[in-house]
Amino acid sequence: MRGKYELDNRKYVIGGIAIGIILIYLVRLFTLQLLSEDYKRNADSNAFMRRIQYPARGAISDRNGKLLVYNQPAYDLMVVMVEQRGVDTLDLCQSLGIGVDWYERRMNEIKDPIRNPGYSPYTQQLFMSQLSTEEFSRFQEKLFLFPGFYIQKRSIRQYSYPYAAHILGDVGEVGPSDIERDEYYRSGDYIGKLGVERAYETQLRGEKGSEILLRDARGRIKGRYQDGKYDVAPVPGKNLTLTLDIRLQALGERLMKGKIGSIVAIEPETGEVLCMVSSPTYDPRQMVGRQRGKSHARLSADPMKPLLNRAISGRYPPGSTFKTSQGLTFLQEGIISPTGTSYPCTHGFHFGRLTVGCHAHPSPLTLVPAIATSCNGYFCWGLYHMLSNRKKYSTVQEAMTRWKDYMVSMGFGYRLGIDLPGEDRGMIPNAAYYDKAYRRSWNGVTVISIAIGQGEVGLTPLQIANLGATIANRGYYVTPHVVKGIQGEQIDTAFLVKHRTMVSPSNYEWAVQGMRAAVTGGTCRAANSAMYEVCGKTGTAENRGHDHSVFMGFAPKDNPKIAIAVYVENGGFGAVYGVPIGALMMEQYINGGLSDASEARAREFEERTINYGNQIR
Amino acid sequence: MATRYDRKQPGLLRSLDWPTVVIYLVLLVLGWMTICGASYDFEHGLDFFDFSTRSGMQVVWISTSLLIGSVILMTDDRLIESLSYIIYLAFLVLLFVTPFLAHDIKGSMSWIKIGSFSIQPAEFAKFATALCVAKVMSGYGFDIRHWKDFAISVLIILLPMGLIVLQKETGSALVYVSFFLMLYREGMPGSLLFCAVSAVVYFVVGIRLAEEPLWGIAETSLGETAVLLLIQCFTVGMLWVYTSARDVIWRIAGVTTALFLCSAAFARYLVPVNVAWVLWGACSATVVYLFYLALRNRLVRYFYIGVFALASMAAYSSANFVMENVLQPHQQKRIQVLLGLRDDPRGAGYNVLQAKIAIGSGGLEGKGFLNGTQTKLKYVPEQDTDFIFCTVGEEEGFLGCAVVLFLFLALILRLIYLAERQQYRFGRVYGYCVLSIFLFHVFINVGMVLGLTPVIGIPLPFFSYGGSSLWGFTILLFIFLRIDIGRNRLQRKS
Repeated sequence: MRGKYELDNRKYVIGGIAIGIILIYLVRLFTLQLLSEDYKRNADSNAFMRRIQYPARGAISDRNGKLLVYNQPAYDLMVVMVEQRGVDTLDLCQSLGIGVDWYERRMNEIKDPIRNPGYSPYTQQLFMSQLSTEEFSRFQEKLFLFPGFYIQKRSIRQYSYPYAAHILGDVGEVGPSDIERDEYYRSGDYIGKLGVERAYETQLRGEKGSEILLRDARGRIKGRYQDGKYDVAPVPGKNLTLTLDIRLQALGERLMKGKIGSIVAIEPETGEVLCMVSSPTYDPRQMVGRQRGKSHARLSADPMKPLLNRAISGRYPPGSTFKTSQGLTFLQEGIISPTGTSYPCTHGFHFGRLTVGCHAHPSPLTLVPAIATSCNGYFCWGLYHMLSNRKKYSTVQEAMTRWKDYMVSMGFGYRLGIDLPGEDRGMIPNAAYYDKAYRRSWNGVTVISIAIGQGEVGLTPLQIANLGATIANRGYYVTPHVVKGIQGEQIDTAFLVKHRTMVSPSNYEWAVQGMRAAVTGGTCRAANSAMYEVCGKTGTAENRGHDHSVFMGFAPKDNPKIAIAVYVENGGFGAVYGVPIGALMMEQYINGGLSDASEARAREFEERTINYGNQIR
Repeated sequence: MATRYDRKQPGLLRSLDWPTVVIYLVLLVLGWMTICGASYDFEHGLDFFDFSTRSGMQVVWISTSLLIGSVILMTDDRLIESLSYIIYLAFLVLLFVTPFLAHDIKGSMSWIKIGSFSIQPAEFAKFATALCVAKVMSGYGFDIRHWKDFAISVLIILLPMGLIVLQKETGSALVYVSFFLMLYREGMPGSLLFCAVSAVVYFVVGIRLAEEPLWGIAETSLGETAVLLLIQCFTVGMLWVYTSARDVIWRIAGVTTALFLCSAAFARYLVPVNVAWVLWGACSATVVYLFYLALRNRLVRYFYIGVFALASMAAYSSANFVMENVLQPHQQKRIQVLLGLRDDPRGAGYNVLQAKIAIGSGGLEGKGFLNGTQTKLKYVPEQDTDFIFCTVGEEEGFLGCAVVLFLFLALILRLIYLAERQQYRFGRVYGYCVLSIFLFHVFINVGMVLGLTPVIGIPLPFFSYGGSSLWGFTILLFIFLRIDIGRNRLQRKS
């Protein structure tokens, strides 16, 4: 018989199959349970629901401790679909002040898996967001009538004043790019969108806390994991103190009504920004709660771009305010001497067929009267002599590079580094720029308009104010910043460093004298004050349309407390808008208020509007 | 010739195979604890003996099972043997009428309601079939190599299988495939087992790669090509093992390879044609050639190998037909998910993924009794029936799983030992039926939870909740233990 033994051996085959299967399964179990962490993580994300506990966002106050931004409770109305059946829809809609069609549309939106990917009929879904306290208190009385509806408390930002929208910024829901960049954020979180809210987001937001709940496959909560042993309490956000003086800011915004432009005031010694007005502006209170989306869309569509912070994002020709920087450069380079050098100005600078016009004033003249009268000829000759000085500089390129280095040392051409998003770097041309533009065939005359702050030169109003602060400090500036203090934290040390320019303090005295002379007997007489010594410089920046009106100044002359730049687009001569607005601002800050006469003037300026075509209503 | 024993039968309890009983009892206790874990509710806690809960009900099923087991031990094994045909016929009738009496439970028509309980006759038909097939095969003059005898035993197996398929319980029906392991032990040619394995390979490879193009030729399916090449390889392999005609092998292999390479190059660089047609031709030519050799050389082996190749082609052609026309849509889907054709973590793949997550999160020592989150929070579907092994994996970890798997292995090996020591063929055949069924259940159930075998809804013996399956397994096992007790009794026939 073939077989008895052969068949008997088959028990080993069968036993071997059984052993083989069990061994394969053990290996598989080993890899699943011991070699891979993925499954454990998956299991945790399945079963543990981390309910986030939101911290209170930090409050913001001004330099005098006035509260500017705080939190206000708001209430989200949530709905659990499986529990809400049988609710009197009509009554609900009436209590909430909504239409039945709105209700139905919203319910369909909630159930739509495309619009609402995380939908589960067993968990709370957002029905209506950010009910105000009044709406909430009205609704709460009837809440028991509507099973399945719940109130979830959240907090929204509230603003004490309708001012400083550009500096304060606002908060909105995080976008996909924010979530991708920083894993702190989850969909539905709030994040600072503009201004300080964005720049100091990490300090203001605090740290989210979490409680770990057990959740079943249908999303229902089944209790706390280990009775809350691993729960983390939220850490509230830090409060901020701004360098802003809200009263000064308020006055600035009043004065700029109906005009486009900006005002920046800096405390020279510390670089603290006292006010930063950008006009047109908007009421930050529009950007809160349910109306934010609508307001934001309207402001974005506005051709006047009220959302743009012109004080740091606008690039303008500085006009004659720039002449101070030129005089300082020429002095330091030895091109001119403060009293020895005088240049002629016969209604301007004439060179060949080129003429840069000027107004009537005595000629020839030295540096101080040249600043006081804002003489174009003087500074054009100065730059001409610098750029064509072949004893000192072998080429015009070398001279130009030297000039550019001076400008950069004064804070031009690069971002100053203010603690606000969206700063522009301005524009200071260099030799390479002109080589490219003029194919290497250019000289001092070609580029002469930069001497008077025209042509290729572009500064932000902040940079102009910073120039004022540098002169007030006689040669240094501290990077302008808007946050003075963070609760329990030091501010960035970058805001404590003094940046010295390439010009020596003694030379700065001449610029101060010039600016003082402009107030006492030159272009800025309107800024003169009996109570303190004001220094100033007007600017009338040429423009394709009507000229821009510019003022840069500081006061008092010794131990200055405020440096300021005023830039009014299409405002005409510097003396028309720039000087009087600057004067009122300085008075407000130094005296802590306006005299009756000044108040009347302020009211007058508040009502003056500039016609920008049909663009401003 | 068997030896005659003429001594008094020893006591029941003395001849009972206690190791098997101990393994059985340990598995029952572990199974019950696992059900406690699987049905535990974090919110409400659980009274494990509350009869309104599954753990409480399982206590009832366990005690009744023990009762049934004891009753079986006290009956006479000869009585059971003599009733084999009647029991089998009764169950055939019951299986036949079940779909008419049944309530539709999740598409299955296999449950009959008696009072407040439902029972699933399919679970009990296994022992009836095992008894019947054992009785037939222990009959005088039965020779499995005789095709008529073989056909009868296969028919006995296929009848209940077909009836259960009609109840839309394909999973339970597939269990009957395990009887072939017993047939193999009893002398079924090993080549048949090889054919069965080949068929599965064709099916898996063919469906898995059906949509892929071969070598960038859109007209040609990689799956089809691969299967046909496999057929040629298996054929050549069989020629190598069973014949000594090396020249035939080189001829077939050489011609096939050359044809395949030339046609593939032709399709890729000249005219895109379906290369598979060339291979169909090559396979057919091989069959004809083998038949010719069989006639010329008078060697029946060539004929058999030719039949194998022909059957392989037929099996593969019918595979797609089976996939599309025989299997239920949810089974098609499960097979596709298993083969990686579908990636559907929330759909059919959800169960397997969640099962793997639950088990994988257990680690070495598990999360501890009643501390599993995945199984209790209902992420794992059927967590106290088909996917019960997940709870073991999550709460008891790798060590717990290893203990359970080793217990099952010990049970199966012990049953092999018991079956082999039977004096009668009846006892041995029945024993192999029992251990094959257990092996198949463990293989499929644990394999599906681990994502290795298709999701076929069959219970894990002694662990999955349910009276029918527990009673069914208990009856199956204890009849064998009863037969084993009587192993030394005087033989009636030589």
